[in-house]
Parts: sequence; C-alpha cells; structure tokens
Amino acid sequence: MTAITLSSPEATPRRPWTSRLTTTQVWGLALLAPYILVFAAFVVYPVSYGLWLARHPASYVALYNDPIFARAAVNTLIFLIVGINLKMLIALALSGFFIQQRAWIRWLSVLFILPWAVPSIPTILSVRFMFNPEWGVVNHLIFRLTGEDGPNWLNDPAIALTMAIGMHIWKSLPFWTLILMTGRLAIPQDQFEAAEVDGASGWQKFRFVTWPAMRTLYLTCTLLSMIWTLGDFNSVYLLTGGGPADLTHVLATLGIRYLRLDQLDLSMAAIVCALPLVLPLVYFMMKRLSR
Amino acid sequence: MKDISLRDVGNEAKLLLIGIPVLVWTLLPIYHLVLFAISPKQDAFAGKLWPDHPTLHNFGIVFRQQHYFLRDFWAQFWNSTVIALAVGALTLFIATCAAFAISRLRVPGGRTVMNLALFTYFIPAAFLAVPMYRTMGNYGLLNNHWSLILAMVTIASPYAIWVLKQASDKLPVELDEAAIMDGATPMQLFRLVYLPLMLPSLVAIGTYAVLLAWNEYLYAFLLLSKDTEITLPVALGNFLAADDSPWELLMTTGLIYALPPAAMYYAFRRYMVGGLTAGAVKS
Repeated sequence: MTAITLSSPEATPRRPWTSRLTTTQVWGLALLAPYILVFAAFVVYPVSYGLWLARHPASYVALYNDPIFARAAVNTLIFLIVGINLKMLIALALSGFFIQQRAWIRWLSVLFILPWAVPSIPTILSVRFMFNPEWGVVNHLIFRLTGEDGPNWLNDPAIALTMAIGMHIWKSLPFWTLILMTGRLAIPQDQFEAAEVDGASGWQKFRFVTWPAMRTLYLTCTLLSMIWTLGDFNSVYLLTGGGPADLTHVLATLGIRYLRLDQLDLSMAAIVCALPLVLPLVYFMMKRLSR
Repeated sequence: MKDISLRDVGNEAKLLLIGIPVLVWTLLPIYHLVLFAISPKQDAFAGKLWPDHPTLHNFGIVFRQQHYFLRDFWAQFWNSTVIALAVGALTLFIATCAAFAISRLRVPGGRTVMNLALFTYFIPAAFLAVPMYRTMGNYGLLNNHWSLILAMVTIASPYAIWVLKQASDKLPVELDEAAIMDGATPMQLFRLVYLPLMLPSLVAIGTYAVLLAWNEYLYAFLLLSKDTEITLPVALGNFLAADDSPWELLMTTGLIYALPPAAMYYAFRRYMVGGLTAGAVKS
C-alpha cells in the first residue's frame, strides 16, 4: 500500500496556485472575500446546523402530536393561497390605476407608499388597539351607530387570521404595486394605440396587450411574495400573538414559539416541515430567473 | 379644448371611486397612530376621532423618560441609530467590493457567488432566524450589538450586491481599459473611477440597508435582550407584555420611531425607486 502512494515521482511539479492567477484576479478574490466570509458564517453554517438539529425522527412525532402545528400549517396555507393571490390581484389592478396621468394620482402614489416606508411595529400596534373590543375606536363607532357591542375582533380566531392577512396586505401592497407599475410602464405605448384603432374595449386591451406582457413578471412576483410571506412573522405575532389559544399561528411564528419555549429541535423540525412548501416555489423561481 | 365632456367627468369619478378608498385604507392606521400621540389618555380611550384638546404632552413624557417603560428610551434610540448606521456602512463596504470584483474584475466564480448570495432570499426570513439565533449563541455574540449588525448585513448584502452589479455592468468597459492603459492598479481603478461613477446607486443601497436595519423587529427581538441594549422596536414590543400598557405613550414612541425612516425614504425616494425597480422588468 505504501509503495503505491509513494510511487509518483514522475508527476510534473505543480507551480504554487497563486502564480496561476493574474494580479487582477487576486484583487478580485480579495474583494470578494468579505462577502464570502459573511455568507459562510451566517448563511451556510446556520442552515446546515439547523438541518442537523432537525435530524431526530422523534421531533417530527412530537410535532405531529401537537395540535397547534396542524392548525399553523393550515393557517399558513390560507395565508399564502388566499392572502397572496388577493394581494397580487389588487396590486395588479392598482398598478393600472396609478399609471394614470393625473396630478392628484401622482400625489396619492407618494402617500400610498407610506405603509411600506414606515416600520411595521407602530402601525401594527395602532391597528391592534383600533380593534380593541373595549377601548378601540372601531367598536366605539359600532356602538354609537348601532347601539350594539361590536365583535370581539382579535379574540375570534377566524377574524384574527383575516386581520393578520389584511395587515400583511396593508404593509406590502405598495411594494408590489410599484413593481407591477414599472412592468406596465415598460409596455410600448404604440401597442395600446394600435388596439385603440382596432376598437378594443378596456378589458380587451388588458387581456390582449397588458396581460401577455405582464404575465411573467406577475407570476414571478407572486412566487417571490409567497416565499417571503412564509417568513412574515410580524403581521401575525404583533397583531394576534398567535392567539387566541394559539389558533392563529403560522409556521413562522410557531418556529419562534418553540424557540422561546426552549424546544429548539421542534422549532427546526417545524421549519423542515415547511420545506415541501418552499422547495417547489424556489425551483420554479430558479427556472424563471435562469431563462 | 376647454370643453369638458360628460365622459371625462365620468372617468374622473371612476378614478376617484378607486382613489378615495385607497387613500383611507392607506392612512387609517397611520392617522390612528398620530391621533393617539396627540391625545390625552382619556380622549384616546374614549374612541374620539379628534381629541378635544390636542397636546404634545405625550412627547414630553417620552423625551424626558418619565415612565417606567420609557426609562431607557434615549439609550434604545441610540442603539437603533448606531446599529442602523453600522449596517449601512458595512453593507456598502462588502457589497461594493463584491460587485466591483464580479462586474469589473470578472473574478472567476463571481457569478456563482452572486447566485448563491441571492439564494439567501429563498430562505424565508423567520426560518433563517431560528438557526441564526443559535449560531450567534455559538459564536458568543448574543446580547451583543454585533450579532444584530452581522445578521442584518447578511440579509442586506445579496440584494445590495445584485443592484450594484447591475448598475456597474452599465458603466462602459472603455473607462477601465483607459485607466489600466494609464497604469492604474485595480485599487486605483476602484477608488478613482468606479466609486465616483457609482455614487447614486451607493446612496440608494446605503439608504436601503439603513432602513432595513432600523425597521427590523424579529432579529432584534431574538438576538438582544437587555433593556439598555435593545433597539426601539423591541422596546415597543415589550410594552405589550404588560396588562396596563400606557397605549398613548406606546403610540407616541412608535410615531417618533417611525418618523426618521419615513423622512429618509422620502428624502432619497428619487434614488430608491429607480434602484429598486431596475431589475424588476428584466425578470
């Protein structure tokens, strides 16, 4: 055995690797190094470590037996399928509204971006108090107008989840509207003029000019938004806290809940359970972007 | 053509029918926040739409830290500021270097690094947060401002590199060639040619990173815990833990916290919108 390993004296002596690089390339690598370090230390390591922590089958059994998990999975699906599609449809419609050439619409678009420009905590807390059943302004108004007590907003799981979705839409609608607006503005104006000459209705112009040009962008945005919304912790946690009775958790808040309860393996297992949701989205996204 | 037809009026009305609900929907939570900040406690809790006696009293209490929950207000404000600026500076440094290496020096494997970097965004933020928390524990950085700074730099960098690379691809190659003909080293090229030309994009990315860090709640909430070390959003979140939270002070603090990023956003809006949406149409 030793004879084999030693018997390679005829191999050409290798030059040191540095001399095979030009000065420019050495500089390039040196400039790239800070990011590579950050990526290795704070993306590659945590992700591998997390997957390693989630290796015990027992964690998944415990997760399966936790009724909160099943509820959170369903909530996450509702959030993604209903919430995101609703948001993107509104954004698509509003992008058509905001490209209208009117001075007041330009001013409105400046204000419209506010939810996205301000941090989410103060506004979420503001909404939370607005719907406080006892003191909030909404139930005060309902009482004044109808003489009846308003609903117990955030203490009803269905209403609370709907409101968390609403909160998410409020926060991120401006961003996606802005992106879709850029898409609409990139469509050559003469296509609309040609459609006009042919006597196309507003709907036909959308169906045969706008939509074909926007379809790819729209689908890409929807997929990206779904991936990002999976991680939307604030809208749920700060509005409902996962309550009442842990019925409005989504996977993102559930993961953090387990972490706070010091059940790290459960926390990572819950995240791994979301991979079947994430991976197809990422796969489609990669395919779209590489085209 | 001063002739206003019935059809134009109808069109305008239709637009208003969309515009007014959009305006109300957008401003309602923000109006409610401002309303609370300028209302005495009893007015706010009585569900008034405008206080009988608007007052800046709440701001005085916050600025003078005259409440149990607010005793570290200025320390927390300072923490938020330092962390946001550090994230902005560090992100700019890392991303500019990387974008220059990938786009101008065409370092081997540069494109792969960028694609891997963008992969970070396919891990939903809350999902990266859990292992990140443990990682920071392993590195011994928990409760240290560096943990939050590094976490936010990790999140801001890929997008920053991507935008800066797109922007620097647009600079003509002839510039580099001319500078190298004149005997410029890569470092001189970087400093004297590249940085000045990239200034608008750098402003946009710096603003983006500062806002991202200032606004961050989840990572700050996980990574920092001492009252004098936390950032403002974490302090606001902690208000909620108490049953008898002074909501009018909470909202006032929230408003003070929300103002700098909003002002910064509007000040640099010209740069932000162009930079943010540049890549969108391509995809």
